[in-house]
Amino acid sequence: MTLSRTHLTAIALFFVMALAVPFIPSDYLFEAILTPFLAIALAALGLNLLAGYAGQVSLGSAAFMAVGAFSAYNFLLRIPGLPLLLALLLAGVVTAAFGVIFGLPSLRLRGFYLAISTLAAQFFVQWVLTNFNWFSGGDTSGIINTPPLFIGGVAIDTPVRDYLLSLAIVSLLTLLALRLVSGRTGREFIAVRDNELAARVLGVKILRVKLMACALSSFYIGIAGALWAFLYLNTVEPAGFDLDRSFQLLFVIIIGGLASIRGAFLGAAFIVVLPLLLSRAGAALLGATFDSGLVDIVEKIILGVLIIVFLRIEPAGLSALLARLRLDRFFASTL
Amino acid sequence: MDWGFFAGVAIAGLLVGVMYSLVAIGFVLIYKTSGVLNFAQGAMVLFAALTFVSLHEEGVAFWLAFAITLVAMIVLGILIEALVLRPLINQPPITLFMATLGLSYVIEGAAQLFWGTQVHQLDLGIEDVPLPLNTVLISQFDLFCAGVAGVIVAALTILFRYTRTGIAFRAAAEDQYAALNTGLRLPRIWAIVWAVAGFVALIAGLLWGARTGVQFSLSLVVLKSLPVLVLGGFDSIAGAIVGGLIIGLTETLAEVYVGPYVGGGIDQWIAYVIALIFLLVRPTGLFGQRSVERV
Repeated sequence: MTLSRTHLTAIALFFVMALAVPFIPSDYLFEAILTPFLAIALAALGLNLLAGYAGQVSLGSAAFMAVGAFSAYNFLLRIPGLPLLLALLLAGVVTAAFGVIFGLPSLRLRGFYLAISTLAAQFFVQWVLTNFNWFSGGDTSGIINTPPLFIGGVAIDTPVRDYLLSLAIVSLLTLLALRLVSGRTGREFIAVRDNELAARVLGVKILRVKLMACALSSFYIGIAGALWAFLYLNTVEPAGFDLDRSFQLLFVIIIGGLASIRGAFLGAAFIVVLPLLLSRAGAALLGATFDSGLVDIVEKIILGVLIIVFLRIEPAGLSALLARLRLDRFFASTL
Repeated sequence: MDWGFFAGVAIAGLLVGVMYSLVAIGFVLIYKTSGVLNFAQGAMVLFAALTFVSLHEEGVAFWLAFAITLVAMIVLGILIEALVLRPLINQPPITLFMATLGLSYVIEGAAQLFWGTQVHQLDLGIEDVPLPLNTVLISQFDLFCAGVAGVIVAALTILFRYTRTGIAFRAAAEDQYAALNTGLRLPRIWAIVWAVAGFVALIAGLLWGARTGVQFSLSLVVLKSLPVLVLGGFDSIAGAIVGGLIIGLTETLAEVYVGPYVGGGIDQWIAYVIALIFLLVRPTGLFGQRSVERV
């Protein structure tokens, strides 16, 4: 198996992220920034496979995160002794199956007709998880708590371990995604996105490719949802996977860069850091008159403006800006 | 089965449906002439209602507040056309859709930044005494809303059929290049359409605001009107009305008769499932034109 330069760069960056652990003194950085960043990046990567590469925009990603989180929870709850990694894998598979079911309309619909039909998944899943408490092990409001997690007898119970587990899973899946999009699968996705008719004439099986994109994307998003719930939040309710979360993921890939793997990471970093920066800046500028409600509002306006600006000026997002700065060449030559 | 009760539920559902249609009409106007699915329509409804109610609470008289808000909506429409849509001409529809998603965040945020986040009560001075019709009670306020919707649809139909501006709208909707060739100025037409959509948003905002209170959740009516559009077709005002009636009716009936067996709350998603099933059978919607790009 030969590795491209992109792969090597990615592997190098992931190693840096792992080796940096002893140099980061506070748990806060792991708990509040790095772990959620990894989970959001993975979910955005999944959405990017579907929306960026295959051109099928979904507004229901948060629902698939919820499916992933709640199925991982149920596998661990109902099958005693099931290894954590296997539970995560199964959760991904269940979410992929869901993705295929809700992806069926994509065979007849395109553009925002499809986007609207994915809202059905968003509302339906949230309703099921809230109303049927079987899914949350009997909790009447559908809230789930992270069960004790072990990998090979080691308890995953500190922020650093949460981070390292997320990093390991996200690295593996990212490398797999890089491989997929640079191969036949990725080219078929792009062909369907750019011109369905031409792709069909060239012998691309549209039906198979679209459902494959839905399944693959949901698989990633489902695992991301489980990481988000278990390693970051620890306590999660169905309302935590609402429409705003779906929009957030869409914004991550627009800002980071559509049809770009690193775009998902750049966008995720931006979206995780932005509110923290804003609340710091707000507290410094306004002092006592400042409240967190204001941060939310300002963050909203900034995000909205950025979406419009990026779509207008840099449709390929931060990823394209980075490429223009030639940073990746710098990394490839020095690492 | 209690048919009197059934009729009451059905009528209430139809009237709710009219409220959905009111919002949906704003979408249709913009989609018809510029091919943009404007997700920010809900944010415009919120913005209009918040501006009006805040002015009114400051002591500005009803009609003056209405006029000021209308001017604000027209300015907003012109700004959106110039700053957001014109630079994105010739982009795929889904890009425009995502731009309006960003736009909705900006408008919602701006409205809350200006006017605050508290809930306002809005009293339009319409008495809401239930009218007894045989054994069924009908909300007088809902009937008023239905009347307003009827007037708007009639006015828009006249506008589109008989006025120069309206015929220009239809030309732009039919074929943008041909319209440009005959000397129509598309940016100006779009600005006017956005202004009209702003007016519809203001009306919808006042009626919804009077019903539910003026607050952030007002912008969520957009989510109720999307399935209406799918059902009725994105480019048909008649479709928006019929779609609204169907969605309102089935949603209310389902909630009352099926809801209790599954724990309630199915009105959150049933409209989408109806729309989805419908899309699979007839992707153009009830009244949509064949030429709209689908597969």
